Amino acid sequence: MDGSLMTLHYDVSPTDFTRAGEASSDVKNKLKQLGVSPQVIRKVAIAMYEGEINMVIHAQGGHITVDILPTMIRMELKDVGPGIEDVERAMQAGYSTAPDNIRSLGFGAGMGLPNMKKYSDTMQIDTVLGVGTTVTMTVDL
Amino acid sequence: MDTRFYHSVHLKKDLCNGCINCIKRCPTEAIRVRDGKAIIAGEFCIDCGECIRICSHHAKISRRDRPDILGRYKYTVALPAPSLYSQFNHLEDINIVLTALILLGFNDVYEVAAAAELVSEESRKYVADHPENWPFISTACPSVVRLIRVRFPNLIEHLLPINPPVEVAARLARREAVKKTGLPPDKIGVIFLSPCPSKVTYARSPLGNAHSDIDGVLAIQDIYPILLPLMKEAEKSPMDLARAGRIGVGWGGSGGEAAGMITSSYLAADGIENVIRVLEDLEDEKFSDLNFIELNACNGGCVGGVLTVENPYVAKAKLKQLNQYLPVSMTHKTPDIDNTDLYWTEPVEYLPVFRLGNSMMESLAMLNKVNRLCQKFPGLDCGSCGAPTCKALAEDIVRGNATQNDCIYVLKNHIHKLMDNANTLANNIFIGGDNAKEYIYILKQYITQLSSDISLLDASLNPSSGQEDGDGQEAD
Repeated sequence: MDGSLMTLHYDVSPTDFTRAGEASSDVKNKLKQLGVSPQVIRKVAIAMYEGEINMVIHAQGGHITVDILPTMIRMELKDVGPGIEDVERAMQAGYSTAPDNIRSLGFGAGMGLPNMKKYSDTMQIDTVLGVGTTVTMTVDL
Repeated sequence: MDTRFYHSVHLKKDLCNGCINCIKRCPTEAIRVRDGKAIIAGEFCIDCGECIRICSHHAKISRRDRPDILGRYKYTVALPAPSLYSQFNHLEDINIVLTALILLGFNDVYEVAAAAELVSEESRKYVADHPENWPFISTACPSVVRLIRVRFPNLIEHLLPINPPVEVAARLARREAVKKTGLPPDKIGVIFLSPCPSKVTYARSPLGNAHSDIDGVLAIQDIYPILLPLMKEAEKSPMDLARAGRIGVGWGGSGGEAAGMITSSYLAADGIENVIRVLEDLEDEKFSDLNFIELNACNGGCVGGVLTVENPYVAKAKLKQLNQYLPVSMTHKTPDIDNTDLYWTEPVEYLPVFRLGNSMMESLAMLNKVNRLCQKFPGLDCGSCGAPTCKALAEDIVRGNATQNDCIYVLKNHIHKLMDNANTLANNIFIGGDNAKEYIYILKQYITQLSSDISLLDASLNPSSGQEDGDGQEAD
C-alpha cells in the first residue's frame, strides 16, 4: 500500500492449529528487530494472533498483509470464509459460533473480535455472507 | 568490561575445531564460527550452558572457582544447592553430605534449600498481594531472567522481584558466621556449590541486585569426586546440620518451586526450548487463570545443570526418594529475615540487543536488506558460513560482521559465473587480432579472480589450517 515502508505477506493455512500463530510470531520478531516499542509490539502481537486463530477456526485460512507505515502498523486479514452474520453480536465478549470440537481445544471463548478491538487503535470489519471477511486493524507507533 | 554481559561460559580456543554443533544448539543464536573457531557474542549469550553440553570437543567451559579458594578466607561456609543431594546413590540422610563438606574443609554449611523455603514463603505472600501482575514468572533461574531481559520486554513486569534462594542463603550464612566467629564479614568466604554456569554468572553479575553476597562458586562436578570418599567417613557419625524440608529440597527439580507456592494455578516448564515456547505464548497472552510460572533453562530443572554429574531424570527420582523422609518445611530453623534480604533492589531493564539499527528507519532498511539477502541464500541452514541459519548470516551481513561470500553456495555460483565468462571470452579471442593483448589481459584477470575465490572456498572448508591456537580470553 502507498507509503508503506515494508510489506509482509503471510498465508494462513486452513484448520492447522499447529501452525496458527506463526505469522504473528514472525511479525513480533521483526518488530523487535526494528526497535519498535514493547507496548506496540504487544498490541500488534495479541491483536494479530487473535485474528489469525479466527481465520483458522472460522474461515479455512486466508491471507494476512502487514504494512509498516511511518506512523502505524496496519494489518489486513482477508479470508474467503462464510462471512459474519451479525457483526454487532460477534463483537460481544463471550459470544462464539465456534463448533464443539474447536472449543474442546480451548478456543472459541468468544473473545477473538473483542480482543482484536481492544488491542488495536482502529478496526474495520468488511464482511459479506458467503463471500468472506476482511478485518483491517491499525496500531499507532 | 561491560558487566551487564559478564559470562561464565566461554571458549577454550585450542580445543575448538570449528564444527557447527554449538551454533545450531544455542537458543539465542549467540555463537558464530569465524576463522575456524567459535565466538560467543556477549550481548546475546544467557549462560544457559547448552553449548557446553553439545560440544564433543569440550571446547566450551564454564568459569568457576577451584577448591583452593577456601584458603583465601579465615572462615568458610558452603552453600550446597539442593541439586547436590540428587547426585548420590542411596542417600538417606542429607547430613551425610553436609558433614562431608565440613570434612572437606568448610567451617560451616548453610543449605540453599533452607533459604528456598523462606523465598517460597515470601513468594506466596507477594503473589497473593499483587494480582495485577499475574502470572508471576519465577526468577530463580538466572538464564531465564537474562533471556527475558533481551527478548521478552513485555514480560519484565511479570518477573517475581524476589532474590533467588542462593542469594538469600549467602546473606544469612555470612550474618550467622559473623555472629558465631566475631570476624569481620570480609574474612568470611561464602562459597556456593553450583549445578550450572548460569549461577556462576549470577554471583559475579547478578540481576535484581547491584552485588551478590556469594564470594565464590564451585562446580558440583568438581567437588563430587572429592566428596564421595568423605561421605563414607561422614556416614559413621553425621553431624546435625540439615535445616531444610521437602519444600526447600524440592527446588532442585522442575516443579519444586511451584509446589512451594501451594497453588494449583501454576505452570512449570523446563528445558530452554520449552521455556522459550512458554514465554512466546505468554507474550501473546495465551494463558489465563495462572498466577505463577516456574521456568528452568535445564531439562528436569537444576538437577539437569551442565555442571552436575548425574542424569537429570535419575537425579530427580533420587531427590524424590530422599524427600519422602523430610518434614514439609523447616522455616522454624531459619532466623527471621527482613525484606531487604529478600527483595530486588535494582530493576531489570530491557536491553534491545536484537534491534538491527539505531533508528527505526535504519533498522527498516537493514531488515529489507536481510529479506533480499535471504532470497539469495539456498535456505539450507547448513551452517558452513559459521552462522546457524541463512537468516542469521543475512543479519550478520547487514550488521557488517560477515560477507555474502561466507555462503559457500553463493561463492560456488560466483565461481561458475566467472568460469563461464572466462570461457566465453576465450572462445571469442581471434588470435593475431589487434585486441589479443587486451583479451589476454582480461582473461588473466578472470583467472586471478577465480583463484582468489577458490582460496576463499578453501579457507571456509579447511578453516583451522594456519590458525594460531590458544585461549583468547583470560581465565578466572
